[in-house]
Amino acid sequence: MSDALPGLIVEAFFAGALVTVKVTAGALAVALAIGMTLAAATVLTNSRMLQTAIRIYVEALRNVPSLTFLFLLYYGLASLGLRLSSMVAAIVGLGLIGGAITVDIFRSGFRSIPVGQSEAATSIGLTPFAAFRLIVLPQGLRQALPSIGNYAVALVKDTSLVAAIAAPEIMFNARQLVNETFQTGLIYGSVALVYLVLTGAVAQVMSLVERRLETR
Amino acid sequence: MAADTLLEVANLGKTFGHLTVLKNVSFNLSRGERVALIGPSGSGKSTCLRAINYLEPPTEGDIRLEGQSIGRRPNGQRMTDREMAPQRAEIGMVFQHFHLWPHLSVRENVALQPRKVRGMSRSDAEMLAGDLLGKVHLAHKAEEMPQRLSGGQQQRVAIARALAQQPKLLLFDEPTSALDPELVGEVLTVIKELAAEGRAMVLVTHEIAFAREVADRILFMDGGQIVEEGPAKSVLDQPQSPRLKQFLASLQLGGPDE
Repeated sequence: MSDALPGLIVEAFFAGALVTVKVTAGALAVALAIGMTLAAATVLTNSRMLQTAIRIYVEALRNVPSLTFLFLLYYGLASLGLRLSSMVAAIVGLGLIGGAITVDIFRSGFRSIPVGQSEAATSIGLTPFAAFRLIVLPQGLRQALPSIGNYAVALVKDTSLVAAIAAPEIMFNARQLVNETFQTGLIYGSVALVYLVLTGAVAQVMSLVERRLETR
Repeated sequence: MAADTLLEVANLGKTFGHLTVLKNVSFNLSRGERVALIGPSGSGKSTCLRAINYLEPPTEGDIRLEGQSIGRRPNGQRMTDREMAPQRAEIGMVFQHFHLWPHLSVRENVALQPRKVRGMSRSDAEMLAGDLLGKVHLAHKAEEMPQRLSGGQQQRVAIARALAQQPKLLLFDEPTSALDPELVGEVLTVIKELAAEGRAMVLVTHEIAFAREVADRILFMDGGQIVEEGPAKSVLDQPQSPRLKQFLASLQLGGPDE
């Protein structure tokens, strides 16, 4: 048994880490798409109704525990007849939660660009949308990037929550292994290491992107 | 409208709540004419200038460029910013604080309008940008990022950017007020060169000597109104109203001059 353990751990961790990466990437994509779209829409339209709708979305998802929200998506919707696979529920759930975080990051990024920038863009005859796309967006994204990086690192860690809805990511697999082997210290210690590697990789990529943009 | 009238500003008014910042401002500008708006700070001259391209939408009055109402539909309703974009493209604006786009190179700053508004190809637009940068004596800085330029150089790039619109009218909003004194001259030189080409312009300026040299006409504003106007030399040399006399005295008729 103990001879086979390292092999088992490696196998389970590799499969689990792959799922963790998939959930992270999927949720990040959903979160960025929601956050950027909503932030752009608020900056461009100044519509009261939209602002209120976004406020409600942000407050709701920020003030409900992530685990509760994931259970609601996975078990709650199933009870209403809408069965999501655990992967879909994980990606959509974390993505929606992330959208509520990134919308504020993007919004403050866009708002940090001085009014003169868009005035100059408007004065040359760009439409409001073109002025946003060509002038405010690229500068605002650069402003938002460090916070987005922090969010991405936090997201990697938060993917451990989706073990609770049976998505076979690394924590889920680790728990299965623990149940079979009772090697808690070894297994959870290794899990921690894998997370460190993953978050480290994300942080590295983000700072690379940041530096790339700065030298421009 | 006289045949050579380019810009008509009629009964322009602007209020912020109870505060009136522009009252009944009317003036015309002919093709090739240069008008300077002078006056104490808070007199409404910058607001007036910014109202011309609706960056500061007036609450009253009418602005026409070549007879076409700016910012208003034929039925008098306000246009959206989107509708107004083609009108603004006809009017070049140079800001006090330059407002160059820091994420674009100097050349890209100038080439953006021809490319994105007028649909010019990238290579044509960048060639045009190169020519215009030459005109403001900055051809050698084309590939720099704006932040690496001095204030005077940035303002000259901003002028090239406005010229890239091939505007019918140029607006200058205190183009030298944010500059260190030793950098003012290079910007004024460029504006004088443009004036010599017979471009129509409205200038808000504190540089009285410069206004005298460049402007055909001077409008003196105070309290949101035009208090006195006329040919540059007579307005400055024989001020009629006590307020203008006082204003000119407070400036000691000075300013960096040759």
